[in-house]
Amino acid sequence: MKQIIIAFLVGGGICLLGQLLIDLTKLTPARILTAFAVCGVLLGAVGVYRPLIDFAGAGATVPLLGFGANLAFGVKRAVDENGWSGALTGPLTAASGGIAAVLLLSLLAAVIFKRGLNCKAAK
Amino acid sequence: MNVTKKEYEELNKSRSPKSKLQKTLPKAFVAGGVICAIGQCLLMLYRYLGLEEETAGLAVSVTLITLSVLLTGLGLYDKLAKHGGAGTLVPITGFANSVAAPALEFKTEGYIAGIGAKMFLIAGPVIVYSTVAAVAYGVVYALMK
Repeated sequence: MKQIIIAFLVGGGICLLGQLLIDLTKLTPARILTAFAVCGVLLGAVGVYRPLIDFAGAGATVPLLGFGANLAFGVKRAVDENGWSGALTGPLTAASGGIAAVLLLSLLAAVIFKRGLNCKAAK
Repeated sequence: MNVTKKEYEELNKSRSPKSKLQKTLPKAFVAGGVICAIGQCLLMLYRYLGLEEETAGLAVSVTLITLSVLLTGLGLYDKLAKHGGAGTLVPITGFANSVAAPALEFKTEGYIAGIGAKMFLIAGPVIVYSTVAAVAYGVVYALMK
């Protein structure tokens, strides 16, 4: 139960940060998402994000910062295993599961649901 | 009444005081927190079922993505996002929504130029810049080894 509360607080806190950015800077959602993913890579690279994941679990992995951090972990592991080529193969290898799932399910949804122009994309 | 964009923004600012932040921030906090708490419950469930840590993490992502795409298809994620703001945008569910929503919206433009291309409207830049950042880190890391 304690872990769930910590995940709630940390995840909520990260989203609060995003909301502050939206309200104060007028960054578009696309920029926010990109910024969060890139920040995640940086935080993962400098080693602050792993401890946060150990502490907050899904509170740290579910926000897009976790997606970015995962790329950093993947690239580190790939370089450790394969040397230089790992710098190229690591990032997308780490992200492949999530990206493939998003693409597959979105395609399925687009085929199944008939919403056409009524559905507003979150721009 | 003719007002320039700047004047309008100032007017807008004076009429929508700090109360806007007081409304949006708690909503974003709660929405994001709830999504992450659901993620944590799923993580604990999958771990309990015997999945390894990494597999369990992926399973959590896939479950949340599935829920988000389903809600997007039913037109419900939009309604949540109106209230949740960044709370529904920043978690992986928001990323999934940003792929599924344009796929649905541009369905009428066909499978290639519509669904296939527009899926990457927001996911494209996210993947491009985070991948480039990670490659840069990989090069630095390999140099330092």
